Amino acid sequence: MGYVVEARDLVKRFGSLTAVDHVSFQMGGGECVGFLGPNGAGKTTILRTLYGLARLTSGELSILGFRVPEQMREIKRRIGVVPQETTLDVDLTVMQNLAVYARYFDIPTETARERADELVSRFRLEEKANANLGSLSGGMKRRLLIARALINRPDLLILDEPTTGLDAQSRHLVWSHLEAQRSNGLAILLTTQHMEEAERLCGRILVIDSGRVIAEGSPQSLVREARVANLEQLFLKLTGTELRD
Amino acid sequence: MIWRLALKVFYRNFLVWKRYYWMSFVEAVGEPILYFVAIGFGLGAVIGEIDGRPYIEFLSPALIATSIMFGSSLETTYGSFTRLKIEKVFQSIAVTPVSLREVIAGEILWGASKGLVSGIVMLLVVGSMGLVHSWMAIGVIPLLVLEALFFSSLGMMMTAYARDYSVFVVYITLGLESMFLFSGTFFPLSSLPAWAQGLAWSLPLTPIVSMARGLFDGAPPWSSAIGLLGIAAATALLVAGSMAKISRRLID
Repeated sequence: MGYVVEARDLVKRFGSLTAVDHVSFQMGGGECVGFLGPNGAGKTTILRTLYGLARLTSGELSILGFRVPEQMREIKRRIGVVPQETTLDVDLTVMQNLAVYARYFDIPTETARERADELVSRFRLEEKANANLGSLSGGMKRRLLIARALINRPDLLILDEPTTGLDAQSRHLVWSHLEAQRSNGLAILLTTQHMEEAERLCGRILVIDSGRVIAEGSPQSLVREARVANLEQLFLKLTGTELRD
Repeated sequence: MIWRLALKVFYRNFLVWKRYYWMSFVEAVGEPILYFVAIGFGLGAVIGEIDGRPYIEFLSPALIATSIMFGSSLETTYGSFTRLKIEKVFQSIAVTPVSLREVIAGEILWGASKGLVSGIVMLLVVGSMGLVHSWMAIGVIPLLVLEALFFSSLGMMMTAYARDYSVFVVYITLGLESMFLFSGTFFPLSSLPAWAQGLAWSLPLTPIVSMARGLFDGAPPWSSAIGLLGIAAATALLVAGSMAKISRRLID
């Protein structure tokens, strides 16, 4: 198989604002690639073009060999998406969340049940399996969000800031889940503002600022080439110390 | 294809409904039955006859129609807007193979079904009390389906443009309540001055009530059919329009 993601000259404009400015990158099977950048750098917009919630102004994008936007349905069948905001179904229980989501992928009920059981236990949500979402902590909700994105056994998992707002325990649990997925060969594309997250999970990092890729490489090589002590220093060196909010 | 996937969204809403079915049921039929008893029998005893039939028979087909109007409208305004804006259900489904168009189709079907449940229960109540006199009353069912789809998609169009809940207050209080009172529901339109009759006939509920009443009597007013054709055409436009607007709203 060719590239998991092949993006050439992606441009996304909102009126006069260019949110994504000629971004190109490729991603192979089994790779974990991270978009690192300050708030408003365009990371989320790039991801949204990948799963069809933002239309490209120009550029060529194909995912798992299918073209965006013509073959979007084929793409969405094969990817898992963990959005930044929690979009779990608050009217349903944990198991119902997984079961209903599986139906959107035409997964047969029996298979969906088996997968849901397995995911609930893998993500340590057994005790809450039949609980309402209201009784779940922030960490549990994020784990369920990731579990839900895996219900269709995707070939590519896309996560937008998967650990933002989590405490250290939950964050480490999420990281070990993602590491396990990666070692099973799942391709992972994520955005993060968390240097430790980028270093721990990503084999390759694209530093994004003002909609452009300003540096690319493995965390180690980026740090080495910039002659800085760590990724955080590199990040500040590249993107400046000015506040972005 | 669109309907097969839309039914998955319908099923999702049904699952939620099932958890609170008792409350949903009271919501669906409580109010029309109270009106039926209080106005139909209570006030009806004072009024006597209208157009040669007991008042309760005049009122029943109209109450079936208004219960559908409210049931469908509330679901695709407050209900759908909550799922769109607060719970982000639309957004979470839109990244699966089910597209936004199918989400909206499913929501409209769901809203129509909720209205129809109210209407059908009312129809059974009315029928079991011997207030239906013609086999033609069976024709009321496709009429009610059309009505439910129309108000469901009109509500979805409101949701498509709504920024918050305030627009629904205006829509329901001024729009739906006006129709509830002035569409030939509680009194014959002939008791209004000519200009007001003209206004009343411009309300979409009026030809629906008129046709429902005619079918119950076995004498459908074919002049209302033109209005109904207009409602069918408007429904198609509203479905397409709300799909387009919500897609523009959620897809950057």
